[in-house]
Amino acid sequence: MAKFMSLKDAVSENLSDGDVVAFEGFTHLIPHAAAHEAIRQGYKNLTLIRMTPDVIYDQMIGMGMAKKVIFSYAGNPGVGLLRRLRDAVENGWPNKLEIEEHSHSAMANAYEAGAAGLPLAVFRGYRGAGLAEVNPNIKSITCPFTGEILAAIPSNRPDVTFIHAQKADKKGNVMVEGIIGIQKEAALAAKRAVVTVEEVVDDLNNHPNATVLPHWALTAVCLVPGGAHPSYAHGYYIRDNASYLEWDNIAADRDRFTAWMQENVLNATAEDFATRVESLRV
Amino acid sequence: MSELGYTSDEMMTIAASRVMRNDDVCFVGIGAPSAACNVARLIHAPDITLIYESGTIGTEPDVLPLSIGDGELCETALTTVSVPEMFRYWLQGGWISVGFLGAAEVDKFGNINTTVIGDYHHPKVRLPGGGGAPEIASSSQEVYITMKQSLRGMVENVQFFTSFGHGEGGDHRQRLGIDTKGPTLLITDLAIWRPDPVTKEFTVVSMHPGVTREQVQETCGWPVKYAKAVETTPAPTENELGILRDLRARTKAAHEGTKKVPQGTLLKQGSE
Repeated sequence: MAKFMSLKDAVSENLSDGDVVAFEGFTHLIPHAAAHEAIRQGYKNLTLIRMTPDVIYDQMIGMGMAKKVIFSYAGNPGVGLLRRLRDAVENGWPNKLEIEEHSHSAMANAYEAGAAGLPLAVFRGYRGAGLAEVNPNIKSITCPFTGEILAAIPSNRPDVTFIHAQKADKKGNVMVEGIIGIQKEAALAAKRAVVTVEEVVDDLNNHPNATVLPHWALTAVCLVPGGAHPSYAHGYYIRDNASYLEWDNIAADRDRFTAWMQENVLNATAEDFATRVESLRV
Repeated sequence: MSELGYTSDEMMTIAASRVMRNDDVCFVGIGAPSAACNVARLIHAPDITLIYESGTIGTEPDVLPLSIGDGELCETALTTVSVPEMFRYWLQGGWISVGFLGAAEVDKFGNINTTVIGDYHHPKVRLPGGGGAPEIASSSQEVYITMKQSLRGMVENVQFFTSFGHGEGGDHRQRLGIDTKGPTLLITDLAIWRPDPVTKEFTVVSMHPGVTREQVQETCGWPVKYAKAVETTPAPTENELGILRDLRARTKAAHEGTKKVPQGTLLKQGSE
């Protein structure tokens, strides 16, 4: 049963050192505010799952919170590389980082299998792909009916998933729209799901087939306007492409990164996100 | 800009746009493929279905997306589905006629590396990785690749098989149980290449206007083979150039304009 609470309390009640955690959102609705709150609370030894680690995992890895990352595209979408992740993989800064790398297809299947309560995902993939040779969690399985050999990987079942969404009603039912990505699967695959939303409304006013997560499938709902910035919330504010481009410079240098994190994350609060999107609102 | 009145990059994008058909269902990679596919849609293939891995089906963006999940793609799409549905039903289900990919490193058999330079576990350079590409390469009915030629980009053997092309050539795909055609076209800033029907090695079938065989070889890391009759790619028309340049100008303005209070640090182009 979803409880409305502050983001600070939702993070401290649901995240612990050593957890397997997913902060999901496929380019759209990336839960930046939740990630920043986790950074402020200083968790360690996390296993971070995310299809595209993106800027938020670059930040968490750079702050030394991750022991392992499970992912399928370690880029800054449309810009280039993730420089903090690269520094951790190539040079072990600020700590060594274990990686488990998949394809998008594999990760999407693994979340869906997790949401379906299955231990593994089965799909037609990785044929001829080098990842199958370097990732021991990529195995094969033979179809008992046709004999076709298919790829098999473990399902994703995080201890906790954080997502951002457009709105919740007063009971805590949540609606997601636009590029819905992997939001629903990531939330349902996890033991606990925390959702930050742009607004809380009387009536979701939703289409019958809209993507709605019922309040009883969620752990906590937090009102955090602007909580996806510099990602975007369809219908609320646009993607801050300039910030994504700027991140490439900030993350290129350890000192500049550290200073930026101090000023914009450690010394900031979840409430600051609302002002960051003021000029981006639609 | 050369004396030809267009850049080699414009020639590449326009040559790539011309191969797209009106009835194609195309899974579009970001960057050069995205530009080519949208130029095709704006010129000769108005009904082409463009699909981006964020789940947008039949999208008609007014500006090129910076990322595969820009809001513009969703707002102009016929429909937007979840990422699992995208990969399971539409890609794995066999609905994609063309997967259009870019590459950091490609070899003569169309194998692509966007994962690492050096040893995987101790990389010299860690690249972003495959994203959707491994299964786009195996589940699309055929694959087109577009990239600028360079010795670093076009190598004898890729260092990592991010996306499997024709492997070691010949019938390697079939031996691995892959029943799709794989890479059937490589469009660079200098030439158009197609795989030899038997060996599957990329072979130059057309060179862009003014390009010499020396230029093609100097920027390619394997001994280049040519088709018996090598054609000359028709130069971009005024119409093609106008549409591409307008699209690029709109895109540039849109990407730089997102932050209405500029921070004064940079305003540079993205991955295009």
